[in-house]
Amino acid sequence: MSRELWKGNEAIAEAAVRAGLEAYFGYPITPQTEILEYLSRRMPKLGRAFLQAESELGAINMVYGAACTGARVMSSSSSPGVSLMMEGLSYIAGTEVPAVLVNVMRGGPGLGNIAPAQGDYNQAVHGGGHGDYPRIVLAPASVQEAIDLMALSFDLAEKYRMITMLILDGSVGQMMEPAEMPEMRSPNRKKFDWATDGALNRDRRVLSSIYLDPLAEEQTNFRLMQRWKEVMANEVRYKEYFLEDAEIVIVGFGTAGRVSLSAVRAARERGIKVGLLRPVTVSPFPYEVLDRLTGQARTFLVVEMNTGQMLEDVRLAVRGRVPVAFYGRTGGVVPFPDEILDEIQRINTEPVSAEADPRQSWLDRMTAIKA
Amino acid sequence: MQQEIIIAGFGGQGVLFGGQVLAYAAMDTGMEVTWIPSYGPEMRGGTANCTVVISDREIGSPLVKNPPLAIALNLPSFDKYESLLATGGTLIVNQSMVDRVAKRVDIQSIFVPCNEIAEEIGDKRLLNMVAVGALLTALPEIGLKDVEKALENHLPAKHQHLLPKNFTALRRGLEHAQKMPA
Repeated sequence: MSRELWKGNEAIAEAAVRAGLEAYFGYPITPQTEILEYLSRRMPKLGRAFLQAESELGAINMVYGAACTGARVMSSSSSPGVSLMMEGLSYIAGTEVPAVLVNVMRGGPGLGNIAPAQGDYNQAVHGGGHGDYPRIVLAPASVQEAIDLMALSFDLAEKYRMITMLILDGSVGQMMEPAEMPEMRSPNRKKFDWATDGALNRDRRVLSSIYLDPLAEEQTNFRLMQRWKEVMANEVRYKEYFLEDAEIVIVGFGTAGRVSLSAVRAARERGIKVGLLRPVTVSPFPYEVLDRLTGQARTFLVVEMNTGQMLEDVRLAVRGRVPVAFYGRTGGVVPFPDEILDEIQRINTEPVSAEADPRQSWLDRMTAIKA
Repeated sequence: MQQEIIIAGFGGQGVLFGGQVLAYAAMDTGMEVTWIPSYGPEMRGGTANCTVVISDREIGSPLVKNPPLAIALNLPSFDKYESLLATGGTLIVNQSMVDRVAKRVDIQSIFVPCNEIAEEIGDKRLLNMVAVGALLTALPEIGLKDVEKALENHLPAKHQHLLPKNFTALRRGLEHAQKMPA
């Protein structure tokens, strides 16, 4: 296949089609509406289902229903719309059916704005819907990676009967980059032994998230966590840049990660031994590689487009053995490489205190600059 | 090798397509490229811009604070990017839409009457191609032939009949810029 210039949102939509997407339900919201627009043209031509629901609540519950049949199904939205979907997401998780949700994140909280942001990390990775449920969260940083992860997301969701989310910020959704599309996969639906796909000549199956008996619910929670153990063992993905001899290690996902790459290159030109770890799966989180890097790095610098959400996962991996610093832009502001380069240079000359709270230190610096 | 370009102007001046043409040309010559638009609500009737990064390796930041290259198709863009351009950079200015001379002497500002040239060719919408042509004087990684080929390869069939005029616009812009004293 040859490289074509793809816009992130449209690339995601086409990649989903090629991965065998049978049904899409969604509701428009900037900056992800191109996914919906693209699929509204493409899906009917292939005889597949596209439906613009009356709201995000409608859309996620249609996803829930279709997922119960074993169909490859997805929705997409942006931050405020994804918040509306959280109840449905929890039901999907409780019913143990596979579904894919794309969140093209924008500035928040609240209505916020439509600029790129990463403020929904905690919602995607740690929280969101009610109850205990693990979920897989993938964080592409480029159009090609978004295509590759879109295809992977359906496989992971089905393999583990689990929600898989793609979180990207508005800039990955809006940018164009050369990328290669995978071949069109056969849309043949798999025969799942749990799917409610017609009980002709077999016993009926029941899918539900209701366990009135607390002991049965507890068993369900145990089952979900056992399955999560497998995900953690098998599905961690990340990208490493200049880490071989790095004494300062930047950790950043998505756009914050790729902006950091520019800063790392500039710092390397100045002779600073700095590298970058870019988690591709933020859930499961690459704790092990961070643990290994802690033996090598004298300082970590977490860079995010939020106020320090993944920061807590990095701190959990590092466990206080070396200092962790933080730099973030938030509210829809994308950092420029020179801001991150300044942080690298500061860390390189003034040791970071292991006792200082990295978020508070960052906030003090940011508000001092503004004042 | 890395080149960074910002193209800015009013919505409707072909800012985004001008950047896409460069992105297609870069891709077709085997380079990495990112094209990213400003997509805020200000786009409706207001200013628009896009950033194009061309490189021979994986591209980090798709946004650039101080670009070495820029095209300013109107006065607000001239005001903004003249101050933001990296030292030693080149700024293509649409002379048809500005009423002042350059302030900075540490960058090269090339004034091109894009609207007038486009109207001479017979289609005022070609002003973006005139500016892109002029930019090529400062972008050795991409030749006029590369941009022409990119248009040929990627312009939708219904617009293919516009190719000759687009080629003329690119060439006229390039020639005008080459004639300017350095």
